Amino acid sequence: MELVDQSNSPRDIDIEFRGVTKRFEDVVAVDDISLSVERGAFFSFLGPSGCGKTTSLRLIAGFDQPTQGEVFIGGSSVVGIPSHKRPVNMVFQHYALFPHMDVAENIGYGLRQRNPKPAKQEVSKRVDETLELVRLGGYGKRRVWELSGGQQQRVALARALINHPTCLLLDEPLAALDRKLRREMQIELQTLQREVGITFILVTHDQEEALSMSDRICIMRDGHIVQSGSPRELYDEPINRYVADFVGKSNFFGGEVVETNDSCVTVKFDSGQVLTGKQPKQAPGLANGSKASIAVRPEMISIKSADETDTNSSIAIKGRVMNRIFLGEHSEYLVATEGYGDVMVLSPKSIEHSSRIFTPDDRVSISWRPDAALVLGDT
Amino acid sequence: MGAGSKPNQWLTVALLTPTSIWFLFLLILPLIVILVFSFGERAAVGGYAGGFTFEQYGNLPSRLKAFQNTMLIAPLGTLLSLIVAYPLAYYLALRVSRRFKLLLLVLVIVPFWTSLLVRTYAWIFILGGRGIPTLLEFIGIEGVRLINTPGAVLVGIVYGYLPLMVFPIFVSLEKLDKSLLEASSDLGGSPFKTFMQITLPLSMPGIATGCMLVFILLMGEFLIPAFLGGGKVFFIGNALVDLFLQSRNWPFGAAVSVTLVVIMLITVSLYMRMMMRSKTGRDESLM
Repeated sequence: MELVDQSNSPRDIDIEFRGVTKRFEDVVAVDDISLSVERGAFFSFLGPSGCGKTTSLRLIAGFDQPTQGEVFIGGSSVVGIPSHKRPVNMVFQHYALFPHMDVAENIGYGLRQRNPKPAKQEVSKRVDETLELVRLGGYGKRRVWELSGGQQQRVALARALINHPTCLLLDEPLAALDRKLRREMQIELQTLQREVGITFILVTHDQEEALSMSDRICIMRDGHIVQSGSPRELYDEPINRYVADFVGKSNFFGGEVVETNDSCVTVKFDSGQVLTGKQPKQAPGLANGSKASIAVRPEMISIKSADETDTNSSIAIKGRVMNRIFLGEHSEYLVATEGYGDVMVLSPKSIEHSSRIFTPDDRVSISWRPDAALVLGDT
Repeated sequence: MGAGSKPNQWLTVALLTPTSIWFLFLLILPLIVILVFSFGERAAVGGYAGGFTFEQYGNLPSRLKAFQNTMLIAPLGTLLSLIVAYPLAYYLALRVSRRFKLLLLVLVIVPFWTSLLVRTYAWIFILGGRGIPTLLEFIGIEGVRLINTPGAVLVGIVYGYLPLMVFPIFVSLEKLDKSLLEASSDLGGSPFKTFMQITLPLSMPGIATGCMLVFILLMGEFLIPAFLGGGKVFFIGNALVDLFLQSRNWPFGAAVSVTLVVIMLITVSLYMRMMMRSKTGRDESLM
């Protein structure tokens, strides 16, 4: 497969939504969404089921038409254009391979629909090339249902990529694969995307999948975009509790804002205790008296024996170890604290090696650097 | 089934016994009787007299017309039923919203709650002199005769056998993975191409089953030709009714029956072989 010229200006927009709403009878699946995806990006829609991510993908593919607003592909509006006339291709969740055709016939399907139909040798040459691309050389004559899940996945990819779409749509492509295979396919998809250089738009409910593969992620809830940004931005600077909860793990301490000073916010809890954290840059301001949570990532918390004192941090919360789960490279502790509830702590093995390993009922002290705590609004 | 597991064996025997008895007494024995009769002679007062002669088979050409009619109209009726049933099944399976689907399916079955006899009788009036021909006279088309023609028999066949054709096709279209149609469209297939390349091939099992059901039953049909063919368009079934019940020539009737069974065996096994050869998917079944 020829490589697409990489010299496209980085600001080229491939897919754009302008005020797109999709209503199904009385359900609003997508509610007034505007977004743009740069050419050559690996973009993900991330959210729980029913958040509107699959509908967004189907609006690009042309299986559904927006109730309001416009979808643009490569700068021109595609409203009213049926799916078979759009320059995008999709990899379906359960692959949707044609059961009455062999692998080569499946992959060549898109080429055979063209007008005029390309010559047989041309089709079979392109099919062979594409089979090589997805590392399935020699599998052309196999029946699709004889293949393993991972192989079917590759056939689905090849069937879409052979058409040189401007944009490849992937609907939960790895959901049906087992964990190890999923890891492999994630890496393979990234490599493939760099190789063919086209825009990939992925829909997933798996935050790990989205974080590991995408350049940009759009987090959705109830048909709205909650936040979009690079994986790093979403992880380090979530604009609210929902995003922080969805992307990675977090400890949340819920209370009321009592003092705001620049980006430094103090939150008071029901127990009377207070904690301070900083607000992420993009987050909306928090007024005194509003509900907010202090969020601390488990890996940002260090755990020490109760009698050791941490000189580096101002916070030191006493607690008792409830549980320890050994996760290989990490240990996950659940600590019951005085006044802050249960706290999850992720302690890397490299640190455990030098210090103690705690067991249930050990008295411990947990702490974090002041900038590790984020203050987040609840919505 | 484990060879040593006695309780299992008893269960198998218990479950298979009724079927075996049914097959033996209602299928195998009657067929043997018919076969024996077909080599016999007609008793003077009618019925069967023993003997061994090929005379009955030699007489078969005298009923050639019945064979010709059946062999022509049964496949034609099957084809017409398919042409009428497919769009209906397609509409029911893929176009109707879930809310109306059940209602429309019930409407397809409702006529079956009345005897085919009564319903076919109704067609005598519809196609008869005071039915459609009278209506046509109002708009100036005169001299149209519908009843007692092969056309009338075909109309009756399509009407009577439609549900048998609709349901298998409906089921195969209903279980068709709709994302395959989207995939075809996504890959550039126009709606017509998608139908020809995806929908039609994948509904072949339903088509095969429907055609088989209708064809087999049509080969033995006698009610519709008797009512709507008016003695002019008669099937083998009508010949059999005549031979067994009216002229009481049992041996000749038996010979006609045996010939019909042989024709059916040959046709159906050829058909099965053809379908098996084109069978492609893993979970496609014919019946």
